[in-house]
Amino acid sequence: MTKTLNNKAWLLVLPVFLIVAFSAVLPLMTVVNYSVQDTFGNNQFFWNGVGWFQELLDPSTDLGGRFFDSLWRTLLFSAIILLIEVPLGIAVALSMPREGWTVALSLVLMALPLLIPWNVVGTIWQVFARSDIGLLGWVVNHLGIDYNYTGDPLDAWITIIVMDVWHWTSLVALLCYAGLKSIPDAYYQAARIDGASRWAVFRTIQLPKMRRVLLIAVLLRFMDSFMIYTEPFVLTGGGPGNATTFLSIDLVKLALGQFDLGKAAAMSLVYNLIILAICWVFYTIMTNVDAQKERAEA
Amino acid sequence: MTLVLEGVSKKVGASVHIDDVSMTLERGSLNVLLGATLAGKTSLMRLMAGLDAPSGGRILVDGRDVTGWPVQRRSVAMVYQQFINYPSLSVYENIASPLRVAGLPASEIETRVQDAARLLKLEPYLDRKPLNLSGGQQQRTAIARALVKRADLVLLDEPLANLDYKLREELREELPRVFAASGAIFVYATTEPSEALLLGGNTATLFEGRVTQFGTTPQVYRKPQDLVTARVFSDPPLNTLTIRKSGGSATLSTGGQVLATDVLATVPDGDYTVGFRAHHLSLVSSGGDEITIPASVSVAEITGSESYVHLDAGEHRFVSLVPGVQRLEPGLSITAYLDPRHLFLFDPTGRLAAASTAQKAA
Amino acid sequence: MARITLDHLAHAYKPNPQAPQDYALKEINHVWSQGGAYALLGPSGCGKTTLLNIISGLVRPTRGRILFDDRDVTDLPTEARNIAQVFQFPVVYDTMTVRENLAFPLKNRHVPRDKTAQRVEEIARLLDLTSVLNRKASNLTADMKQKISLGRGLVRPDVAAILFDEPLTVIDPHLKWQLRSTLKEIHRALDITMIYVTHDQTEALTFADKVVVMHDGAVVQTGTPDELFERPAHTFVGHFIGSPGMNILPCRVEGATAYLGNESVALQRGYRSLPGTDRIELGIRPEFVRLQPKGTGLPVRIRRIDDIGRARIARVEMNGRVLAASVPENLSVSGDEAGLHLDPHHIHIYADGHLVAGEALGGHAT
Repeated sequence: MTKTLNNKAWLLVLPVFLIVAFSAVLPLMTVVNYSVQDTFGNNQFFWNGVGWFQELLDPSTDLGGRFFDSLWRTLLFSAIILLIEVPLGIAVALSMPREGWTVALSLVLMALPLLIPWNVVGTIWQVFARSDIGLLGWVVNHLGIDYNYTGDPLDAWITIIVMDVWHWTSLVALLCYAGLKSIPDAYYQAARIDGASRWAVFRTIQLPKMRRVLLIAVLLRFMDSFMIYTEPFVLTGGGPGNATTFLSIDLVKLALGQFDLGKAAAMSLVYNLIILAICWVFYTIMTNVDAQKERAEA
Repeated sequence: MTLVLEGVSKKVGASVHIDDVSMTLERGSLNVLLGATLAGKTSLMRLMAGLDAPSGGRILVDGRDVTGWPVQRRSVAMVYQQFINYPSLSVYENIASPLRVAGLPASEIETRVQDAARLLKLEPYLDRKPLNLSGGQQQRTAIARALVKRADLVLLDEPLANLDYKLREELREELPRVFAASGAIFVYATTEPSEALLLGGNTATLFEGRVTQFGTTPQVYRKPQDLVTARVFSDPPLNTLTIRKSGGSATLSTGGQVLATDVLATVPDGDYTVGFRAHHLSLVSSGGDEITIPASVSVAEITGSESYVHLDAGEHRFVSLVPGVQRLEPGLSITAYLDPRHLFLFDPTGRLAAASTAQKAA
Repeated sequence: MARITLDHLAHAYKPNPQAPQDYALKEINHVWSQGGAYALLGPSGCGKTTLLNIISGLVRPTRGRILFDDRDVTDLPTEARNIAQVFQFPVVYDTMTVRENLAFPLKNRHVPRDKTAQRVEEIARLLDLTSVLNRKASNLTADMKQKISLGRGLVRPDVAAILFDEPLTVIDPHLKWQLRSTLKEIHRALDITMIYVTHDQTEALTFADKVVVMHDGAVVQTGTPDELFERPAHTFVGHFIGSPGMNILPCRVEGATAYLGNESVALQRGYRSLPGTDRIELGIRPEFVRLQPKGTGLPVRIRRIDDIGRARIARVEMNGRVLAASVPENLSVSGDEAGLHLDPHHIHIYADGHLVAGEALGGHAT
């Protein structure tokens, strides 16, 4: 046994610490700093205490009303996205082939939307859905349906949701597929022998075995949809009116459009806390599931 | 080197995985950890390797306290139940991999790999990829890789469990020789008492995280200190019945009374648990002062040369191992004969009170 | 309940098989009678799992037919075959209780609820699962889970056969004993055909009335455990069954005498008409080879003596060949030289690996 306590390891992780410090900790400190101050320009700041936070969390104020409108809008969007993408992703995963050359093909096809940069996705759909030159918009209008996502709030919502489903369902599907692949063949054989129907196989074998990956999929999709920015920004710019102004878009409007740095900083901190809280809930659920599983195996 | 565990324990949350284990492992020794699944074999090995830090107690290597040292700082090699090899490397490169990491000169690597390959009969397969080999050869490769490192401590966690019966038999026969050729401390975990007996060396019996006994394998087998050890180290399962001794006779829980002769004469009056192994319960009388047990046949299992006869005697279920083919109909009433020269007597706390003389000598 | 007939069955995983080695399962003809307990025994890759999958309907054989009673089921899918299977790793429905697990096959077949409940209770009693009926199946030990797997097969009144695919792999030794005797008791109580696949000879021999030994895709011998032990039809069977396996020694045979190097051994049968082959071997099980004091019997050198608890087994060397011998309880061995006695009643002669029957001797021979 040689005693070589390796101090070099610390040097190796030092760059990471520095990057994290510059990219996360310093900006965060700046935001906290802004959130408790007010400014009239000229780089002159005044102490404002928790004033911005009070205003933000009071729906009767301008800022508070605006914040809660955006928050409900974002939560509604996330809920719709989860309700569509999770069942759809499971369905797609179930119908994907499990062996043969088609496996590779379907995996590549599924991965394609995930590889496209978000602003490109926004641009694609912006053009695709236009009623004058976009294929989708033109076809729908020629079918006799009055469709115009730049003018009608409902059309705008539908377009953004369809775009997100197109972009992200494959992520859910791929995760579920991985979960399905890990089920030993013996389970399917046993179910066939027991005379189980397709639905019973899904409910008694596939769904319980997918529970873990499903939780991860739900978590990822929730976070992503709750923080969605690029695609709706490119597609609708938050409009028509404020119909698709989600929290992230509102935040940018407030900070960069109106230069209300204090309000924006307070809003972004609250936004951040909401996300952290929801992550914590998911994490607790997931570790509980794991603990249950471990107890079951012991 | 010498590895010493001093009152080592490991708790995870509220559950105790390892409970106050003390043992000394000498250089060049083979030590079998025998116990059922979840008895703590793997947990104990992980503590020995330094993969986990103990929650209490000390681990000493050659007198130096290494408690809490990570595995990288110790000289340890491990073989697992699953055949773990690098699939993209040849058998030769697999065996050589720890030496390449250590940066040994090519000539030294060549000699060590060839030596290990010869010892484990892998010479014809050195150019092949592990996945093209049989399970036995894959596990031989993993063992060779553990050996070339010349680690001070080699841990094998049920290395033969995933192999076919016959391959297991073959490797089991070779392993003591392979181990003897190295100077390391070997620790070998298994669930099978027969494997411990074939490997020899020392055996530690584990039960619920405790080492119930540690000594040379035949000694632990023939003179278990307590009922738990005797049960752990018995295959077929240890037969037990209870007796109440008073004066010159003893009442059996299977019914009837016997004279308190032989080992029964050596203990004071009181209640005892009698333990005896399957091959000491006979279905034919050999004369002499046997203990007779009325029973009925439950199942007779024939292995070709021998038969395991499962017997129901009151609420007891006994297994008797008898020579030859015994086609006994279930339900048949029968008398079983217990040789009083081969008994263990355990007191109500489970400690060994006395063992028959033949038991000690055999 | 059914008799299972394998009629000219063969299987190859690659298309257009030509040579015999293309077949994972070489042609097999076999009848398993209703209510029997059978074992398929052989090493990995011997074709036993392929055969099991053909019976259960997961694999369609390349050639031949499989019949349950007189019904051709070759083309029927698993669910239409009335078979049950217990797998190597326990399969239970994690989200269900033990009771729901046992009721599952009946529920799927729309059996009335009161009938299902009654049947579940019955089977639970048989398998000693009554006390855990209301517990979640996922929280039980491996041996309990295997019993549940078995129970799901047994609840179905129409089950023709139960297939076991190395069911004791993940069970601890002391629980194996209980589970094995449970299996035997169930078999006796229910009169169901059972087929047990394993590489473990002890499991095969103790479970089955008849054992089918497979090697290299073909059946090498079918027989009762004592037949396989006492008269192995092939040296492979001799080697594979028994622990340690049979001693196989190259020899020369003239009439009723075998020559092992310079030593001669008298045989109980005559072998005047041995096939013309160079590979003549003598086979004898270690149980019938006894170590004796030096100077008696065949001279050997002791390499090692293993104490396996209830017996001692010696590894000895004779003419450069290693063989296993039993060491009598009262024999104390000193030095590394000893004698060897071969019980002539248990010596078999093999030509090219196959047992030669030989002729009964007319005269007196010992």
